[in-house]
Amino acid sequence: MAAGAQAAGGTDWRLRAAPLIGIIARHRVLAAVIFLAVFPWLAPYKALAVNILIFGLFAMGFNLIYGYAGMLSFGHAALFGLGAYGCGVPIAKFGVPWFIGLPLGVVTAGLASVVIGWFATRSRGIYFAMVTLALSQVVYYVVFQWVSLTGGEDGLRGVNVPAIDVFGAHLSIVDPTVKYYLILAIVAAAMWVFSRILASPFGAVMEAIRENERRAAACGYDVNRTRWLAFILSGLFSGLAGALYAIHLSIVPIETLHYFTSAVVLMMTLLGGMGTFFGPFLGALIYLLLQDVVTVVTVHWQLVVGTLFVLLILFFPRGVWGSLTHWASR
Amino acid sequence: MSAAPILEVEALAKRFGGFTALADVTARFFSGSLTSIIGPNGAGKSTFFNLISGSLAPSDGRIRFQSRDITAEPQHRFAHLGIAKSFQITNLFPQLSVLENVRVAAQAMKSRFDIWSKRENYRDLVTRAEELLATVGLAARRHDAVENLAHGDQRSLEIAVALACDPRLLLLDEPTAGMSPEEARAMMDLILRLNQERTVILVEHRMKLVMGISDRILVLHHGRLLAEGAPDDIRSHEEVRRVYLGQSV
Repeated sequence: MAAGAQAAGGTDWRLRAAPLIGIIARHRVLAAVIFLAVFPWLAPYKALAVNILIFGLFAMGFNLIYGYAGMLSFGHAALFGLGAYGCGVPIAKFGVPWFIGLPLGVVTAGLASVVIGWFATRSRGIYFAMVTLALSQVVYYVVFQWVSLTGGEDGLRGVNVPAIDVFGAHLSIVDPTVKYYLILAIVAAAMWVFSRILASPFGAVMEAIRENERRAAACGYDVNRTRWLAFILSGLFSGLAGALYAIHLSIVPIETLHYFTSAVVLMMTLLGGMGTFFGPFLGALIYLLLQDVVTVVTVHWQLVVGTLFVLLILFFPRGVWGSLTHWASR
Repeated sequence: MSAAPILEVEALAKRFGGFTALADVTARFFSGSLTSIIGPNGAGKSTFFNLISGSLAPSDGRIRFQSRDITAEPQHRFAHLGIAKSFQITNLFPQLSVLENVRVAAQAMKSRFDIWSKRENYRDLVTRAEELLATVGLAARRHDAVENLAHGDQRSLEIAVALACDPRLLLLDEPTAGMSPEEARAMMDLILRLNQERTVILVEHRMKLVMGISDRILVLHHGRLLAEGAPDDIRSHEEVRRVYLGQSV
């Protein structure tokens, strides 16, 4: 009896949750922006909220190649980092304004993904991961050695963007709330573009190639060129995230290019749910919140986050958002 | 049958390392005909199919489609030229719906790199996919997941996906594999209907099935062309009878 009532309760919950998840899925950009607009008032402090925005965007870009096109890149740190340096160097060394630095960062990452993608999309599976890793390490060492331009090991300092003038309004970026909403505006625009790409005919091609590469080729799709374009698009979003990171921190740490960053973005995507729209953002949120909370208790935060990650992969391989939508659609 | 050959292969060969899977096959396939390729397991039928559908590059020889040399064309060009194949082992997009399987296949002829417009702008692709599903008898299952389809229905979907590019030459690799006799007969009826509008080449190792419907039959054995001719000639061919020892031909 009790078990029956419990089961009925579960179904009832599911019946109530399913339409809500349906509405959220239909208006995914709006839903994400509403949540992120309220989010800083729930987060411990604004700088963390900004980090979640930026890494959420990075993970979203990474998810395009991993979750939608089905290729595990282990070199996305190069694209994120080059976005950061491509934006930071012109601002710090040549004094260009932010609204030129930001697109320069995106273009730098875009050019890098054209080159890295051209080489990497010729290989498959583990070889693809290895080629992207190797090429991103090349980028790391070039930036590391080119001290005069990049600051080398110490990172790039002096990416100062004190204030932003938008339509006559003078917005001081030193104010964390203002900074958060400015970055949210840019991230929201990127989300909208991303959502359009997923809904485009090209989005269908990516999924078809992920599902069955041989069949897609037999249908008449040029698999390598599709993968290459997906990689470039992914690189542009990652680069935008990196450029925003440079403005947010007003320095660019060399760690942005380190392969650990490639692993972090993979963990975030898996935590939230690969191949889902909200998953990467949710994953970035969980990862960074955990890191923040656990660091207060112990310096060995990676041990705790790592254990949780392993448990989640074992028992919820679809990730948090992926498991939720799967449960609702059952 | 008097029309020009739609496909010609000349001294076609494929070697894998030291192993010769196919050697010196020369044949012509005429527009509008239905040709079957038969032979025991390991005779080179699938290799021959992979060569003429662009999945494998030949080691030697030439392939001409409508008088044009297509030997060096990459795989994805074949669909655009008008050659499509269905796979021997069901080879679909497992996580996509039945309709989306055919729709995305049809999309390859219209839009491959459009990252900005909406999929709804290509309404005609959905209409086309629905027509094709009706042709193979799957209209009622269009919203189902591929994995929920019975084996026979998956084989039919294979054909709908192959038809999506509106091929002039349709290559079917053992379309009745794993089917019950009734399902196999229904499939042969479908193939005859499709043959009214396009050239069909069929691989089959169940000889009886194709005898009644083929215009011409090619027999492969040990990677070589053993015999070719009308079904009646093949039936009375001495060597073919020896290869198919014990089976009533």
